[in-house]
Amino acid sequence: MTEAWPDPAAWLILLPLAWATLAFLAGPGRGGRLAIPALAAQCALALWLAVSLAESGARLHPVGGWGAPLGIDLLADGLSAVMLLLTQAVALALAVYAQAYFADAHHRHEATWFWPLTGFLIAAMNALFLSADLFNLYVTLELLGLAAVGLVAVGGGTAQIAAALRYLLVSLIASGAYLMGVALIYGTYGTAAIASLAPLIDPTPPLATWLAAGLMVVGLMAKTALFPFHFWLPPAHGGAPAPVSALLSALVVKASFYLVLRLALGPFAPLAEMAAWLAGGLGAAAILWGSWQALRTRHIKRLVAWSTVAQLGYLFLIFPLLAADGLAMQAGVMQAVAHGLAKAALFAAAGVLMRATGRDTLDGLAGVAGRVPLTLFAFGLAGVTIMGLPPSAGFLAKWLLIDAALASGQWGWVVVIIAGGLLAAGYIFRVLRRAFLVAPEDSRFHPVPRRLEWTAFALAVASVLLGLRGAELVALLG
Amino acid sequence: MSTGLLYALAGVLLFVLGAAGAVLLAHLMRKVLAFNVMGSGAFLVLVGLAQREDVIDPVPQAMVLTGIVVAVAATALALGLARAFHARTGRTGLTEEARRD
Amino acid sequence: MTVNEVLPLAVIASSLLPGLIIFALPERRIGLRSALNLLGAVSKLVFVGLLLAGVAAGEEYGFRHTVLPGVELVFKADALALLFVTLSTVLWLFTTVYAIGYLEGSPHRSRFFGFFSLCVTATVGLAMAGNLFTFFVFYELLTLSTFPLVVHRGTPQAMRGGMVYLAYTLAGGALLLTGIVWLHGLMGQVDFVHGGSVAALGPQATAQLKVVFLLLIAGVGVKAAIVPLHGWLPQAMVAPAPVSALLHAVAVVKAGAFGIVRIVYEVYGVEYAQSLGLLLPLAIAAAITIVWGSVRALFQDDLKKRLAYSTVSQVSYIALGVALFGPVGTIGGLAHLVHQGIMKITLFFAAGNYAETLGVHKVSELDGAGRRMPLTSAAFSIAAFGMIGVAPTAGYVSKWYLGEGALAAGMDWVVAVLWTSSLLNAAYFLPILYRLWFRPRPAAWPHEHIPARGWRETGWLLLAPPLITAAAVLITGLFAETSWSPLAWAKLIAAREYLQ
Repeated sequence: MTEAWPDPAAWLILLPLAWATLAFLAGPGRGGRLAIPALAAQCALALWLAVSLAESGARLHPVGGWGAPLGIDLLADGLSAVMLLLTQAVALALAVYAQAYFADAHHRHEATWFWPLTGFLIAAMNALFLSADLFNLYVTLELLGLAAVGLVAVGGGTAQIAAALRYLLVSLIASGAYLMGVALIYGTYGTAAIASLAPLIDPTPPLATWLAAGLMVVGLMAKTALFPFHFWLPPAHGGAPAPVSALLSALVVKASFYLVLRLALGPFAPLAEMAAWLAGGLGAAAILWGSWQALRTRHIKRLVAWSTVAQLGYLFLIFPLLAADGLAMQAGVMQAVAHGLAKAALFAAAGVLMRATGRDTLDGLAGVAGRVPLTLFAFGLAGVTIMGLPPSAGFLAKWLLIDAALASGQWGWVVVIIAGGLLAAGYIFRVLRRAFLVAPEDSRFHPVPRRLEWTAFALAVASVLLGLRGAELVALLG
Repeated sequence: MSTGLLYALAGVLLFVLGAAGAVLLAHLMRKVLAFNVMGSGAFLVLVGLAQREDVIDPVPQAMVLTGIVVAVAATALALGLARAFHARTGRTGLTEEARRD
Repeated sequence: MTVNEVLPLAVIASSLLPGLIIFALPERRIGLRSALNLLGAVSKLVFVGLLLAGVAAGEEYGFRHTVLPGVELVFKADALALLFVTLSTVLWLFTTVYAIGYLEGSPHRSRFFGFFSLCVTATVGLAMAGNLFTFFVFYELLTLSTFPLVVHRGTPQAMRGGMVYLAYTLAGGALLLTGIVWLHGLMGQVDFVHGGSVAALGPQATAQLKVVFLLLIAGVGVKAAIVPLHGWLPQAMVAPAPVSALLHAVAVVKAGAFGIVRIVYEVYGVEYAQSLGLLLPLAIAAAITIVWGSVRALFQDDLKKRLAYSTVSQVSYIALGVALFGPVGTIGGLAHLVHQGIMKITLFFAAGNYAETLGVHKVSELDGAGRRMPLTSAAFSIAAFGMIGVAPTAGYVSKWYLGEGALAAGMDWVVAVLWTSSLLNAAYFLPILYRLWFRPRPAAWPHEHIPARGWRETGWLLLAPPLITAAAVLITGLFAETSWSPLAWAKLIAAREYLQ
């Protein structure tokens, strides 16, 4: 492949690396000016990639023309294209948000590291979605984890550093487990390329393969914050500055889920049957426990973070249903995309609400419906997606999931899905309800930049309107 | 038993020791060291299992080199955060922070 | 896109777009906001008029959009859809006028009218839904767009009412969704077609179909306030009067009742539902609701609460008409869908006028109000007589057809239910009328907000809507046999449903 223009896949990794480095050199406050146009270009690249995939199917790009096993292959198919599009789109909106967010004097110091780290984060994520080799995936996973941990600590507060440390330790142990799995796989089969592994693993593999699969999947589950490995998420996502929380909750946790999905669809498919029930069970527990905690917490961002724990549970419900007919896979990806957009909107809106009221508790919200109605509207719309109500993309995800569960006669999951939706309504309306209350006399509201409100709103609208274009997304998945 | 397998078994042992340490130890410094032990275990398995009949497979060597670089970066970040945490709180462990929701 | 595809979308857009613009308007742009509202309402009326003329002439209107493989958003403006669309479009116009007057000077009006428009958008979308998926989309949109209206006042009491409303309707929505996806799994997309389509599944599916029917009816039954799923309706009366009018007459309970009609006639098919033995339980549930609602209404002193229980009772007439196997009952039920709307909206307009003008919220405070507010009270009286079923009002017509339908179906006990209900209606409405007209007025009203000026007992915008709708109650009753009455339209629908 010697084209005049190299593959968009390679540029999707190089571009964020470049602007991240430049943002680091340019110094605080100037990163946004680099990041926003670059991210817009990345959006275009991802779109270009998706369109060309829709025409010609999956495509392989050997970096530097070396090719596996010595070189590195970048593989793009429908699934990676969807994740890439989601990542670039959400990151672009959040970059616009972050630039206005960090312009404020109280938050300016946080911007120092935000832009470079975000760049590296996006580069790692794009590389992860394009990797075709278990070891390369390990490297991208680790890079992603390090950038994410850095972002959690970006505020510099004690609680944030503690949360970052805890996140880092979980992340390191988890990727250690994953690496051990890769070592065992390589030792057993002599390759780490996903494509060549798939035909090698049969339904009765040696013990080492079982062990490897177990270590890798558990490590990835811990990184995805699946119950009961979720404990690090609420402090990390709940304590970081709003743009960081949004990036982490909307995108980063999806990366490790994507990897689990890849493994379950590809090389570990023969092993999936038994583990699938476990994954589904944990997912169900996550939905119930996460929602319950979201119903109890007093802090806005904690509530949104616990909601992430619950919503991630839906992603794992698909594994017992994967066999059916592609419905469950579509449901999982739809949920990942819907939740990505909606959660970014929720965190962005929560950031505005906290800045407007100057408080971080639900009790402080009385009367905000009259002050920042657009933000509240954004919160409500994103909430529609989280609750899985029509016409949002979250609704389509739930529809597909219920359809898949009924098609395979697994009734229990339907009950969990429905109950999860009602619980989500419970915690979303905890916020909306307080916002509609009459404001107490002594409450003071601070003005909020309009740009913060509009970006939150745009993300929320996207998460709802995507529900009308589900067919295109499914077609891209192939 | 070949030398390769011996290395691999030692690697598994180190990995388990390291993982247990990283989870169970309270002191941040010890946790970071335990993580490094764990990583070394995985590297040993990677190299050890791949040694077959004296044919040297270069790919695992490259992987381990990459892995070591990643581990160094991770260790640096962990130490940096631990120092910042210690400077702010005077504490060396996270346990007290655990339940604060 | 052809005209026949665009027209249903235009009906939806004519309230959706003004609603979205209104959200963005600053609070003080009263003139522009009212103009947008009325422009939307009038243009919707025009579009609906075009549709009515076309459908009467046998045209077919519809629009399809694929959302997922095998799942489509389908709009279909058939005769049944237009019955409901016309009702809500006409009443929306009056309610908007009323709401502009009612909320004069109160805060957050942009938000209010924005959601008000969304609510009607959801209602017409639901009415024109061409399959269960689309129906569900708008059914939930209706729930979401009415919640901010119910809690509009922002008081703790409003909030409690709103949360009860949400809990009921979202749980109902969950049941409905389960039923819909189940049916979707059994037979793919479930379009609404005359005579229903599920019979094709054959005898081995009957057990599942019965469970699905229960899920679907329970799902829409929450909005239709069928006992024991009615608990939200009396709680939701904390909303401002125009919202109550909307909930009770135009949108929410009607959406539930309309859902029952669609499910029985166009998903299951009335013959197949009868053969599965599903109609009798529905009729019994409706009958229990009719009596129970009336009995509870007797004991309410709060005027709006009494009206709310009256709605519980009256809306089930529609379900009852549907459950009576035979065209005459169908005609009665469908006609009542419109008649109940006109009558109940008049009652709520009048109740709002008493509250807004005199500060009167309770039945026991209404003594002599008829002499202070004769026009409002006259409207109230006409609508109340309609509810009781006195000739020649609209209520009389629907009760007549329901009774005839019951006799034709051989369900004589239904006639007894209708009589009991009429007596109970009289028992809770006549004392109000007695107080209005024959009791002496008190020395002072609780809170007289709007003083009387000559014969103008209250604000213009508050007075005109109930007078017009009260006139409509009489006219639809008197001219029921003309070819453009709701009754005639109901006959058209029944003829099309039973011909298959």
